[in-house]
Amino acid sequence: MKRKFFSSLLFVLLWLCSAAAQSPTQLRFCLHSEPKTFNPLLVEEDSSDTVRYLSGGVLVRLNRETQTLEPGLATAWKTSKDGRSITFTLRRGIKFSDGTPFSAEDVAYTVQQMMDPNLHSAVGDTFRSGEGKTETKILSPNKIAITFPAPVAGLDRLFDQVSMMSSKSPKREMAVLGPYYVAENKAGAYLILQRNPNYWKHDAAGRQLPYIDSVRLDIQQNRDLELLRLERGEIDLVNSIDAEYYEKLKSEKPVLAHDAGPSLDSEHIWFNQVPSAPVSDYKKAWFQSTNFRRAISESINREDLARIAFRGHARAAVGIVSPANQFWFNSKLQSHPFDQKSAMQRLQKDGFRLQDGVLHDSTGHEVEFSIITNAGNKYRERMATMIQQDLAGVGIKVNVVTLDFPSLIERITRTFNYEACLLGLVNTELDPASVMNVWVSSAENHQWNPSEKIPATAWEAEIDKLMRAQASTLDDHKRKQYFDRVQEVAWEQEPFIYLVTKNALSAVSPSVANAHPVVLRPQVFWNVDELKLTSEVAAKR
Amino acid sequence: MKRARTGAIGFLLLVCLASGIAGLLAPSGYAHQFRDIPDAAPSRQHWLGTDDLGRDRFSRLLYGTRVSLLVAPAAALCSSLLAALIGGIAGFAGGWLQRLVMAATDLFLSLPWLFLLITVRALMPLNVAPLTSVVITFGLLGLLGWAAAARVICADARSLRNADFILLARASGVSGWRLLHRHLLPNLMPVVYAQFWLSIPVFILTEANLGILGLGVSEPLPSWGSLLRELESYSSITANPWQFAPLLLFIAVVSCFHLIVVDREIPA
Repeated sequence: MKRKFFSSLLFVLLWLCSAAAQSPTQLRFCLHSEPKTFNPLLVEEDSSDTVRYLSGGVLVRLNRETQTLEPGLATAWKTSKDGRSITFTLRRGIKFSDGTPFSAEDVAYTVQQMMDPNLHSAVGDTFRSGEGKTETKILSPNKIAITFPAPVAGLDRLFDQVSMMSSKSPKREMAVLGPYYVAENKAGAYLILQRNPNYWKHDAAGRQLPYIDSVRLDIQQNRDLELLRLERGEIDLVNSIDAEYYEKLKSEKPVLAHDAGPSLDSEHIWFNQVPSAPVSDYKKAWFQSTNFRRAISESINREDLARIAFRGHARAAVGIVSPANQFWFNSKLQSHPFDQKSAMQRLQKDGFRLQDGVLHDSTGHEVEFSIITNAGNKYRERMATMIQQDLAGVGIKVNVVTLDFPSLIERITRTFNYEACLLGLVNTELDPASVMNVWVSSAENHQWNPSEKIPATAWEAEIDKLMRAQASTLDDHKRKQYFDRVQEVAWEQEPFIYLVTKNALSAVSPSVANAHPVVLRPQVFWNVDELKLTSEVAAKR
Repeated sequence: MKRARTGAIGFLLLVCLASGIAGLLAPSGYAHQFRDIPDAAPSRQHWLGTDDLGRDRFSRLLYGTRVSLLVAPAAALCSSLLAALIGGIAGFAGGWLQRLVMAATDLFLSLPWLFLLITVRALMPLNVAPLTSVVITFGLLGLLGWAAAARVICADARSLRNADFILLARASGVSGWRLLHRHLLPNLMPVVYAQFWLSIPVFILTEANLGILGLGVSEPLPSWGSLLRELESYSSITANPWQFAPLLLFIAVVSCFHLIVVDREIPA
């Protein structure tokens, strides 16, 4: 009787162990809003982008760790000398998640859809460099040539964002080529992505990827709750966290917190140089003076901004490009030093003088200006208050004004009724082509003086020339030379006074194996097909 | 009850005095940033520690109390007087005037004030000194905060209009301004007082909320509103419980105001 009992117990234990070993694994994390679209060509916000990354198959994939392009659905690709055409050789025998075969026809269909002006695809916009039609030529079932009406800078890299769609599948955009497909969508609550049974990628041992069977994306707006859920083990990762959350996590559960170093995102301040702006003429003269801008820059203690406002999880910014951008960053440049003596000398060159601790310009006006920033962003509010104290050190009075975001955008893009603005840039692309819309003087996002008909200054004309030169050259080293010079001019003239480069902070449960958070988006799950969950977590779920 | 009232008055006087001589009591200026010790714990130099920018919390509490205690009651007084005038006259007059005024009040209450305030802020000049921003913020609150109180006062005035002592006064030949001044207003005062005291904490909290929209007191000048904003972050307050000091002071001051009002309302 006793022996029978023990053998039954052993059987139950063995059964439980085998069930745990075979139970499907599920990676869980949160989206901060509901995805607005599952059409990969219409993605414009973070949540849809996450779904696109997890489910989309791309011809070439940018390795977020090495920052180099790797083959995806295409095994080889070649860009033409004039930068207008690219030819892809596709993998054979690939199928969409619903079993529909993938061929060059699907690539042609995706590109035509993407470039259709009626679709208003944000991804398509990055390829639009000139008027005309984009042509696709199917050279064979696994070879296709795409020709754009004008040269496109960094053409091959742009395909990292283009998820292929099926031209034949009845499931349309829900048939995918990436590691997962959307299996369930409970509006406002969660999404379940199941492993794509036809995913093309295999590991070194020949096992089909991804390792994890499904991904559950809970819609969770509240960041406090998200972190609480991570600490409780209900979710496995938080892709991006701010400095305060990071510090809290570091003190409570250090094993979860990851600081991957400087990201591509920066914070900067600029002065309004729009000639028609409703700002006093004498102030416009200050803002248009290089000496004034450089003096302001040297009067700001960037190290303190990084250390205090961002709790040390930021670095003093250098310029246009973050040091995280390994290839394009001009390593000759250094961050502007905090040197109020030098700042005073620059101001004196322009006729400014200090009287009773108050700085006056050459016409006797007291130097006072306002800095606007968006209300509710405590990091920017902190920086603005610190800049206020720093500039008081050179006799400048600064009024900090926090505005709701729509009012701020109205002022900086339409009425131009502001003096200085503190904002940040979120960069997702490494290639200089992505900042053409900021640095070319005719661009709308040329924020200090948008949409100039002709360059207002000689240095802006030089930047225009260099940016156009780098955009029409295919040789990356030549492009880098041009862009290095752009960075130098921007560093010398400081139309944007770059303040800090924020670190890429994330949180990952130790139960997620193979996770190497990086600075490029998506920081944690960039290698989602290689992530694994430990057996305890798998058994629990 | 009298003892409690005396204690409340004493406490309020103490707080007013401390904030009045903030310049003497505060160990440093409210804007001075001790950048080597941000978020410091309480110490002999910084009794309530320092904030996220290294500013002495005790100094900021003293100066912030001065700002809020001076300006919030002024705004409450402004809104209560407007409410008493509008609600009192409407309730006392009755008839079409009352209906008209109450309809206007309802309309006023139904306006999306938040968006209106945002528009007002968008129209304001940017180079405004922090002190001016305080006056503008509380001035707006005072001018816009009368409607709810006016409804309460109107209802009270309406019931008083039909009260026996008013009928008696009318029968004795008292009318017009004398009836309003001698008989109605003294009986309306408890409600007006109550509305006044109730408005003060509401305005202080509204100022804190407006700060998030950029309408509050601008940096670096502190106010209770801006000090209470530090409590937004759950993580930081659990780590630094001394951040509750402004909240405790705020509760104590509002409770004292309440005690004074209650005591005035209880008949001897």
